[in-house]
Amino acid sequence: MLEIKNLHVSVGGKEILKGVNLTMKSGEVHAIMGPNGAGKSTLSYAICGKDGYEITEGTVTYNGKDLLDMEPDQRAGEGLFLGFQYPVEIPGVSNMNFLRSALNSQRRYRGGKDMPAVEFLKLVRAKAKELDMDAEMLKRPVNVGFSGGEKKRNEMVQMAVLNPSLAVLDETDSGLDIDALKVVSDGINRLRSPENSILMITHYQRLLDYVVPDFVHIMADGKIVRTGDKTLAIDLEEKGYVGLGITENAA
Amino acid sequence: MVATKEAQQTVEEVSGEYKYGFVTEIETEKAPKGLNEDVIRFISAKKKEPEWLLAWRLKAYAKWLTMEEPTWAMVDYPKIDFQDIYYYAAPKSAEDGPKSLEDVDPELLRTYEKLGISLKEQEVLSGVAVDIVFDSVSVATTFRKKLKEAGIIFCSISEAAHDYPEMMKKYLGSVVPVADNYYSALNSAVFTDGTFVYIPKGVRCPMELSTYFRINEANTGQFERTIIIADEGSYVSYLEGCTAPQRDENQLHAAVVELVTHDDAEIKYSTVQNWYPGDKDGKGGIYNFVTKRGACRGKNSKISWTQVETGSAITWKYPSCLLIGDNSVGEFYSVAITNNYQQADTGTKMIHIGKNTSSTIISKGISAGKSQATYRGLVKVLPGAENARNFTQCDSLLIGDLCGAHTVPYIEIKNPTAQVEHEATTSKISDEQLFYCLQRGLEVEDAVALIVNGFCKDVMQNLPMEFAVEAQKLLGISLEGSVG
Repeated sequence: MLEIKNLHVSVGGKEILKGVNLTMKSGEVHAIMGPNGAGKSTLSYAICGKDGYEITEGTVTYNGKDLLDMEPDQRAGEGLFLGFQYPVEIPGVSNMNFLRSALNSQRRYRGGKDMPAVEFLKLVRAKAKELDMDAEMLKRPVNVGFSGGEKKRNEMVQMAVLNPSLAVLDETDSGLDIDALKVVSDGINRLRSPENSILMITHYQRLLDYVVPDFVHIMADGKIVRTGDKTLAIDLEEKGYVGLGITENAA
Repeated sequence: MVATKEAQQTVEEVSGEYKYGFVTEIETEKAPKGLNEDVIRFISAKKKEPEWLLAWRLKAYAKWLTMEEPTWAMVDYPKIDFQDIYYYAAPKSAEDGPKSLEDVDPELLRTYEKLGISLKEQEVLSGVAVDIVFDSVSVATTFRKKLKEAGIIFCSISEAAHDYPEMMKKYLGSVVPVADNYYSALNSAVFTDGTFVYIPKGVRCPMELSTYFRINEANTGQFERTIIIADEGSYVSYLEGCTAPQRDENQLHAAVVELVTHDDAEIKYSTVQNWYPGDKDGKGGIYNFVTKRGACRGKNSKISWTQVETGSAITWKYPSCLLIGDNSVGEFYSVAITNNYQQADTGTKMIHIGKNTSSTIISKGISAGKSQATYRGLVKVLPGAENARNFTQCDSLLIGDLCGAHTVPYIEIKNPTAQVEHEATTSKISDEQLFYCLQRGLEVEDAVALIVNGFCKDVMQNLPMEFAVEAQKLLGISLEGSVG
């Protein structure tokens, strides 16, 4: 269970999150929507522990453990996964090698042993196939020369292999054509289970047609200002933020 | 150390108990400090050298006296007092060395462990007086038997002076002339040991030759001399150095390496250099002033240098190729890592003399801490070198914002048919890359090692298998503490 209480976050001395409260139980899928600059990405980075995101107040716990006290890699070890809005390129490092290093590092964190190479190979190939990724892509350097859609698909393959218990997806659907969107939503749905929770940050209601959330939150000016079910997203699509009485600058 | 373990096993199997070798020749004496003609005579006498070699040394010494230390490299260090150095020192005696691993610096042992070096080897490397039969020398000797069957000569330079004087006379100083530079002259006067390799016509050397087996000599050999000759149609792959760090009290390391390939021959020379780089505050460490040069004398011959340089306080090194034979090929693949206060000024020279000669230079420099790394390279195409081709790629990676990377390419073209390409990039490990790796569960140091290994991939893949894995680990270890 993820519990965020009264979270205040500053970036470069400027307060972006101004008291976010959010509770996610195992197996739940939450969506966060909101206008540009509402602090959605900041929330995802703060949860995952990116440098430069200063927590000035509040707590974030996951399964009872204080996440804010942990390094980003430790948080990953606890089961966190961040789907990046702009996945990063790592020249010279093959997807396969990258994933194997990451997976084994997480296994060691949890007190386990490295996965045998053959077993790993089978796992990665199976996951790539499920998500319709060409096996050749696994040999290519991480995200180098990938199209926007390929990068997002790659994020989904990584997510499938690492099998996180909490996935935070930061606008994973933005900039995708309809086919790529289907791949991404397929990846999310495959992860969905009574054990795994998913937090989707999105601008568009269309993703929610494919992945139906249990809860929809609307964020504005650093706070969650409205919470509802899927109908809230449909309402928002029809009326817009202003129509719902939400302006960009105030709750 | 895969090769070594295999080697040791082989030796155990083959020899059981092996007492032969030049172990007994090792002296326990030291020449007096400083350098003069008497010291050179002392060294030559200790080595029981022929008269002509002593004369050669003395001539080199006389030349050296007239020369000046080079100052053009982008490195900064206090002036060396050449009279304050031992030019002949026997290895540490059993009494001086640590009695057991418990007496050895734990930091050093931690590094060995990370490199996956066995306890036995750790003892050897850290100079613990060990009672083992297969010390490095006898291992080398065992292998030499096998090599001898193929007609290959693989011995110390002192032995070569005795046993193969004609070849020594012919090749010593033939690629790197005595007066080539200050340090080559110094080396010529005082070199204490080194390796001599000859591969006969048409022979493909059946194993990677390595100086790792000659470890106890490395302790003394601050002035090594290496000569490798590949006769017509032959091939050899030579691995230099040991990937485990050797603490060395000596400050100056000035080696000379000369390679010669005849028609259709190939030499692949790989170095993993991990001498003591000094501590975090830049105290101590080796000055590595090395002259390495290969001459592709024959047509269709090839010399390939691959180096991974992570050690030494200061590195001054430009492994070069003289492309004399038509269609000859020179290659230089380099990874140079500097951390803390290390300084490296390294690169290559490709001199195109014959027709249709080609050269490739791939240089990857990684700077961290407060270190400075310079690539300095020369591509020269002489008037007779029709259709010469060169491709150069120099990439620099910066970690942190207190280090520096510099690229100084010299290009001299005297023939209009030449095709020369130069590409250079400078980049930083970005916070975004690092966070991406961490978020996937990698620890900071593993993430840096992964990114750096990716950056160096083009070079690393040219290393022989035995070296590749260790070299990868070494990159990570060298950069410890450089981030966060």
